[in-house]
Amino acid sequence: MRFGVVRFPGSCDEEDALHACRRFGEGELLWHEDREVRGVDAVVVPGGFTYGDYLRVGAIAALSPVMAAVRDFAREGGPVLGICNGFQVLCEARLLPGALLPNVGLRFTCREVEIEVANGSSPFTVACAPGRRLTVPVKHFTGRFHAPARELDAIETRGQVVFRYAAGQNPNGSERDIAGVSNEAGNVLGLMPHPEHASDPLTGSSDGGLVFESLARWVEATGGTVPVGSASPGWSPATAGRHTSSAVSA
Amino acid sequence: MSSSAPAARPRHRELGLTDAEYDGIVTRLGREPNPTELAVFSLMWSEHCAYKHSRRLLRLLPTDGPAVVMGPGENAGAVDVGDGLAVAFKVESHNHPSAVEPFQGAATGVGGILRDVFAIGARPIAVLDSLRFGEPDSPRSRYLLNGAVAGIGHYGNSIGVATVGGEISFEGPYEHNCLVNAMCVGIAPRERMVRSAAAGVGNHLVLLGALTGRDGIGGASVLASAELDADSLAARPTVQIGDPFEENRLMHCCLELLDRGLLPSLQDLGAAGLSSSASEMASKGGVGIDLDVSKVPLREEDMEPFEVMVSESQERMLCVVEPERLDEVIAVAERWIVRATPIGTVTDSDRLRVLDGDEVVGDVPVSALVDDCPVYDLTPEPPGAPLYAAPPRRLEDDGEIGDTLLAVLGSPNVASKRWAYEQYDSYVGSRTVRRPGDADAAVLHLHHDGGAGAIAVAIDGNGRRVACDPYAGAVEAVLECARNLACAGAEPLGLTNCLNFGNPEKPAIAWQLTRAVEGLRDACIALGVPVVGGNVSLYNEGSEGPIYPTPVVGMVGRVPDSERTLPSAWTEDGHAIALVGPFRPDLAGSELEKLRGRLAGWLPVADLEAQRAALVLVRDAVRSGRFASAHDVSDGGLACALAECCAASGLGARVEVSALVDEAGSLDAALFGEGPGGVLLAGAPEAVENLVARAGSVPARVVGSTGGTELVLEADGATVIVSVARAREAHERTLPDLFP
Repeated sequence: MRFGVVRFPGSCDEEDALHACRRFGEGELLWHEDREVRGVDAVVVPGGFTYGDYLRVGAIAALSPVMAAVRDFAREGGPVLGICNGFQVLCEARLLPGALLPNVGLRFTCREVEIEVANGSSPFTVACAPGRRLTVPVKHFTGRFHAPARELDAIETRGQVVFRYAAGQNPNGSERDIAGVSNEAGNVLGLMPHPEHASDPLTGSSDGGLVFESLARWVEATGGTVPVGSASPGWSPATAGRHTSSAVSA
Repeated sequence: MSSSAPAARPRHRELGLTDAEYDGIVTRLGREPNPTELAVFSLMWSEHCAYKHSRRLLRLLPTDGPAVVMGPGENAGAVDVGDGLAVAFKVESHNHPSAVEPFQGAATGVGGILRDVFAIGARPIAVLDSLRFGEPDSPRSRYLLNGAVAGIGHYGNSIGVATVGGEISFEGPYEHNCLVNAMCVGIAPRERMVRSAAAGVGNHLVLLGALTGRDGIGGASVLASAELDADSLAARPTVQIGDPFEENRLMHCCLELLDRGLLPSLQDLGAAGLSSSASEMASKGGVGIDLDVSKVPLREEDMEPFEVMVSESQERMLCVVEPERLDEVIAVAERWIVRATPIGTVTDSDRLRVLDGDEVVGDVPVSALVDDCPVYDLTPEPPGAPLYAAPPRRLEDDGEIGDTLLAVLGSPNVASKRWAYEQYDSYVGSRTVRRPGDADAAVLHLHHDGGAGAIAVAIDGNGRRVACDPYAGAVEAVLECARNLACAGAEPLGLTNCLNFGNPEKPAIAWQLTRAVEGLRDACIALGVPVVGGNVSLYNEGSEGPIYPTPVVGMVGRVPDSERTLPSAWTEDGHAIALVGPFRPDLAGSELEKLRGRLAGWLPVADLEAQRAALVLVRDAVRSGRFASAHDVSDGGLACALAECCAASGLGARVEVSALVDEAGSLDAALFGEGPGGVLLAGAPEAVENLVARAGSVPARVVGSTGGTELVLEADGATVIVSVARAREAHERTLPDLFP
């Protein structure tokens, strides 16, 4: 099992993600100018402030050469995990529905929160017991997940909500307490909390390790790709790369 | 000569130079300086760059120790932490820029201190900050705090360095002159460390990073080396704008260049910009430098040579590169999207020559800029009358003890700073074992860097207590920082300090500064802690008078086993609580006295040998792994320390203080009196009793036990009961209520 962690200019948590990946497999850094992501079984798009987030969070990184390769990788069913800024990048790259808006409190918020596994059969949760609660930190200014109500309904119906903030734990005003959301096929996940920062008991919680462990197990079990067209109704290469949301970006 | 020049306000005075200093420049040059040279001199001879009023005093401080890798004089100090690793650290002020524009002032304060650390080859891993403002019922203080916290978060969070600790306090004398001190800690393999001395005649001088603009021109002389006045807002354009994205790339680029052994020397551009960096590199290397301002990439057209030389545009570094490695350096920089421009050469002339293309626009001996700057003796004299008005009374003398406890616990100085530290990323780097709110010091493990253990870091100061007695107060700052480290199981390896004082030309301020430095010296010698670097910020006063004298102390300590550090809060029901150390509580200078509208003119003086012995005992106890929590008694006294352990854990405690009341003279003094030396150690009863029995000369006694949902304080039959829920409410609500 080999993870690839993308490093963009302005990434902050790429080394952290690499440490977490290496607890459950091998890991390497991918460079933002890479035009292919060969040889890895899963891609992690880490947290940070890519390109300073000066235009709109994640917007510039989404246009970098490596993201074209990541899009192809995802289209072929390869698992892609976007954490925090990575989530924002994947939304901007139209690999995920919805958008991330500034926190309701309009402040950067860094603290541990409790999240619940809402879909235990995702490639990112197969190592979690059903209903399992995880203690994982959040740290972001732009983490409020938003999509129009009809799309939210559709997302919920299709099981795309993979993690939810536990009751009373929503740190940013995300709609329906959504902390992590996948694409229709289920192989691309955006997660606002940071599992990589909760993968070593010495530095706090180790619950986040379950996300990386899930990916490793899932890749071992399946060979690493979501069978196109069968995993989830409605997913197809044709729709995977298209923005299915009419949400206005932040 | 010039001092009798006819102009109404000669240029040199506008630039902050005295007539005598101007004459000194003429003497050293043998002629009148041209405008470019004068601008360069005015910055290099400013208090901020030249330490004119503190240089002699700072020689008092001990700077040698077995762990010292780099001492004062380099961009940052560094100590050996074993396993071939060195930890670099430094604290620096950005007070006046923050008073003028808090967000950018604080942000660029963080940016500047980060550059100091990676300038010596260390990867920044932690930021701490020490902030002081006027009372928070003032809208201006809230505006400044809100902006400074957001600015620190903006820069530190975006660049990806964890902000792991700090302090915030509120006192009237900071109303017009807030203090924003930032400390950075970095880690490096010892062999990667690099100095700033330029070397190798014929080598290129390469400017890395951002474009040079007109921002920050004259910042060091105009803003940092003069009192703030009503015109200070007009100085807003001299505050620099920070770009953490640029610095992120610049940092990665510099560290990769050093990893590849491509840079014989590296220096950041801070106050006074190119003037300061180039002349200090030349001075340390005993060489000269030719610098061509026409080659400097500019943000705005038509900048004058002097503007290019003194611009304080952020996110720039200057390095020396051998000609045959220039292409490789430029290739690395391009990979990180960092500008790298050869702008000069190292010469054997011992002169700083400023060229504008073919034209020489400045030519001065390096020694005149750096080493021959005038140095002034202070004329210290204790003040004849109190320098500071008593603070406004907020609490009556005869309140119920329980109410008093809640009032002190919820006072802005003692209250939880969660509101601030939750705006900072304390996780990035995956090293933070103890984060803000967890323990008295932050703990960062070194496993990613090849180290076996961890380091503990803390930053402390208490201006109000230093105002009561500059000597004793400065001693206490060192002791408090060392005590915070001891509670994490760390032995201090080195210290950095930031001396924030008023106008040193005034004898009473000079006296405060002198006595405080003497206190720092004595405490450092007693604890065996060398001073490896620091910063002096003078002229911190406005029309309302000087700030409280505020030496801020940052320390780095070694923790051999990263699994064996302690939280500050109780962990279990039924643990015994010991009060350990030579703690002699006194109301003089305490938070309670402040709330009662009094400011003492003295403090008890600590017995340094007894303090040292207690620190060793506490550190060894923490390292033994037999205890559950450790928390030092600090602001708000014993009652607040106990209440903090309760509030943070949700567990109550029953504590008997009769003996302490007898020693302190009153219940108020026992519960709310302050002073150095006290630590609360909790753990299984047999471990705690064993510690007390073996404490030897160190005072130690079991004072109570954990459990229940109330803090119960008993003294000679009187009982004070405060519920943990109310204590938590008092401690946690204050800041969020101030910043809804």
